[in-house]
Amino acid sequence: MATEPKIPDLSEVDTPPNLPTGTPMVQFDKVVKRFGDNVVLDHLDFSVEQGERVTLIGPSGSGKTTILRLLMTLERINDGVIYVEGQPLSHMDRGGKLVPANERYLSTVRKKIGMVFQQFNLFPNMKVLENVIEAPVHVLGVPKDEAVERAKKLLDLVGLADRVGQHPTSLSGGQQQRVAIARALAMQPDVLLLDEVTSALDPELVADVLNVLRDIARTTTITMLIVTHEMHFARDVSNRILMFDKGRIVEEGAPDKIFSEPENDRTQTFLRAVLEER
Amino acid sequence: MPKVWDWDLAGQALPLLLQGFLVTLAATVVASVVAIILGLVLAMLRRTRFAAVRAPVRAFVEFVRSTPVMVQLFAVYVVFPGLSPFTIGVTVLGIHYATYMSEVYRAGIDGVPKGQWEAATALSLPRGRTWRAVILPQAVRNVLPALGNYVISMFKDTPFLAVITVHEMVFQATTFGGDHFKYLEVFTMAAAIFLIASYPTSLLVRRLEKRLGH
Amino acid sequence: MGSFLSQLSQSWGNIGSALVITVEGTIGGAILALVLAFVLGLMALSRFVVVRGVARTIIEFFRGTSLYVQLFWLYFALPVLGFKISSALLCAIIAFGLNFGAYGAEVVRGAINAVPRAQWEGAIALNMSPFQRMRLVILPQAWVAMIPPFNNLLIQLLKSTPLMSLVTIADLTFEAQQLRSATGQTAWSYLFLLVVYFILAYILTLLMNALESVAKARLGRGTGLRGIFRMRPADPTGKSLGAGLAGAGTEIEPVEAANLTSKTMGAGGPGGGGV
Ligand SMILES: Nc1ncnc2c1ncn2[C@@H]1O[C@H](COP(=O)(O)OP(=O)(O)OP(=O)(O)O)[C@@H](O)[C@H]1O
Ligand SMILES: [Mg+2]
Repeated sequence: MATEPKIPDLSEVDTPPNLPTGTPMVQFDKVVKRFGDNVVLDHLDFSVEQGERVTLIGPSGSGKTTILRLLMTLERINDGVIYVEGQPLSHMDRGGKLVPANERYLSTVRKKIGMVFQQFNLFPNMKVLENVIEAPVHVLGVPKDEAVERAKKLLDLVGLADRVGQHPTSLSGGQQQRVAIARALAMQPDVLLLDEVTSALDPELVADVLNVLRDIARTTTITMLIVTHEMHFARDVSNRILMFDKGRIVEEGAPDKIFSEPENDRTQTFLRAVLEER
Repeated sequence: MPKVWDWDLAGQALPLLLQGFLVTLAATVVASVVAIILGLVLAMLRRTRFAAVRAPVRAFVEFVRSTPVMVQLFAVYVVFPGLSPFTIGVTVLGIHYATYMSEVYRAGIDGVPKGQWEAATALSLPRGRTWRAVILPQAVRNVLPALGNYVISMFKDTPFLAVITVHEMVFQATTFGGDHFKYLEVFTMAAAIFLIASYPTSLLVRRLEKRLGH
Repeated sequence: MGSFLSQLSQSWGNIGSALVITVEGTIGGAILALVLAFVLGLMALSRFVVVRGVARTIIEFFRGTSLYVQLFWLYFALPVLGFKISSALLCAIIAFGLNFGAYGAEVVRGAINAVPRAQWEGAIALNMSPFQRMRLVILPQAWVAMIPPFNNLLIQLLKSTPLMSLVTIADLTFEAQQLRSATGQTAWSYLFLLVVYFILAYILTLLMNALESVAKARLGRGTGLRGIFRMRPADPTGKSLGAGLAGAGTEIEPVEAANLTSKTMGAGGPGGGGV
């Protein structure tokens, strides 16, 4: 496990096409999300361009996870619209009116999005390889041989080519998380959501996972929305940082600017706290 | 053509069924008392220091809970012809369920945190006192809903007593049905009475469960 | 004792066919119960209140009325309504299936509820349809948790089969009574019968333990084959046999139920508010 992570050649791996259009990949339009009386997102607006890699930072409870979960359709939106490549996510057009999306419509939009979870969420009833091929075969209808071949490439990419036949439970947290990354990529999403993917890991396992993600960021054009407390990583991979507080963006900009000369008080305090803690 | 459902017949049968239901209730109560006490005894015996006691008790529990109560009733009924069917019925049913309840107590006793034993030791409480004043009250409180569930289950098993001629409700229903060559009314009413009695009771057990924070 | 043994050896053939009948009743009832348990258990998790209501009503009805009464009703009362079930054995199998299917439905429901929410979310993130989530991800995991309570219900079913002798079926209990009247050896006849039931129960437990080992190994939680010879698990909650609605397995609270329906059907995912 402690071996040096491989830095494979990603050119062989299928990557989503980079669509050079003007439509943002993801757009939040006056999005409102409440849990009971707790208004977590209050008319939130922002957008992410195709191929852009955006890191969301902010104090605990500021709504970062909620944003990713809304995008993954794991939470229901209360008001406003989320667009993915111009298509509304939570609503569909029926006779010129937007009505709540049904399962069939959801699955067409959801196809564009993949997510890696803090707790990996691997399926314990499947071995490593099966975890990766399950959805391509059953959801996308990829022939099994082809799915296996691609899964092996992806597992090689994350440095786990020799673990294909093992049970997820027999892997370390870092290895499990890398399987989860391969599993998400196997669906060839246009957008990859990463929610604190290293915070459940022992410190010595973090680097392997982050290196894999750095590679993916460097060699593909996949759009990424990242929530992380690893500020060096955020600086390396992101084009843009969004600083959240209480469900609002209080500051945004290029990583260099945000990390070296933050303007907002909240950003300054937050970054100082995070950097001290490390 | 005879009526499918005969209200007159149902009316005639109802008092008999209710009379039988009293026997059913009495059997449930007495068998529960037997099971609740004997279950605790079995659970304690399975925790003694003496392996010579533990092993046979365990074998007894496994055997009784793995074999049909109906056959157990037959067996005891024919071996002790001098005892009344009711006595035999409630004893056998009570012992049968005592084996289930012993598992309940066991889990309850195991569920009392180790710290409680240690605190009692630290206070130099004698062993008997520790059991009575510290461990059992906590264990029993935690298992009350489970005991309740088994009492309800026992209630639904009381018709088995009919096979040794205890005059409980289903016995009455069978006899009445046989006498009138018509079983629809009596068995439908018997089923309804069971449902009316067991459903609210199960809600009560559920309430108890919630109150005790399960 | 001597006459008992000689009679026993003479009746060996009859006892053999009685054993077959008892096993048929047990296995037939168990298969029907298994099917009903899944149908009713999944219905009880539906997002449609009507479907849930139907399932709950059936489950509560068959749990709340005694099996004994149900069998007698099917055998003695149903013909009056113009339905005569062709054989007494079939009648018994249906009664066992309905009764234990209702108990089993609560097992299925509880086990599905016990699969962590993260697994549903993982499946949604891979864009699986609600049906695929259930079939590919949730059920294979929930299944393992169902086996021990199913084992308990199966033994309970076996222990209920002597009821068959009350509706003219020549099962083991019936045959033991024949043996008893032929030999006059009352105690030996019933002891023999109890031992046979005990052995049958133990065999069923061995099979279920083996099944559990296999299922666990598939989840990477292999315990090997060592655990197979242990006795049937206890049910210290009494819920598997207990009562109507309430005593039922893992209870879902209304809020959670709302989540679960959206989890199952996935229109927009679990609607939050989980706390
Ligand atoms: N399922 C839920 N039910 C009720 N409230 C919730 C739920 N999920 C999140 N919240 C609330 O929404 C707010 C935002 O939570 P969220 O998880 O999005 O924050 P976060 O920015 O990801 O925080 P952290 O850095 O701690 O992960 C918090 O106040 C939280 O308590
Ligand atoms: Mg979060």
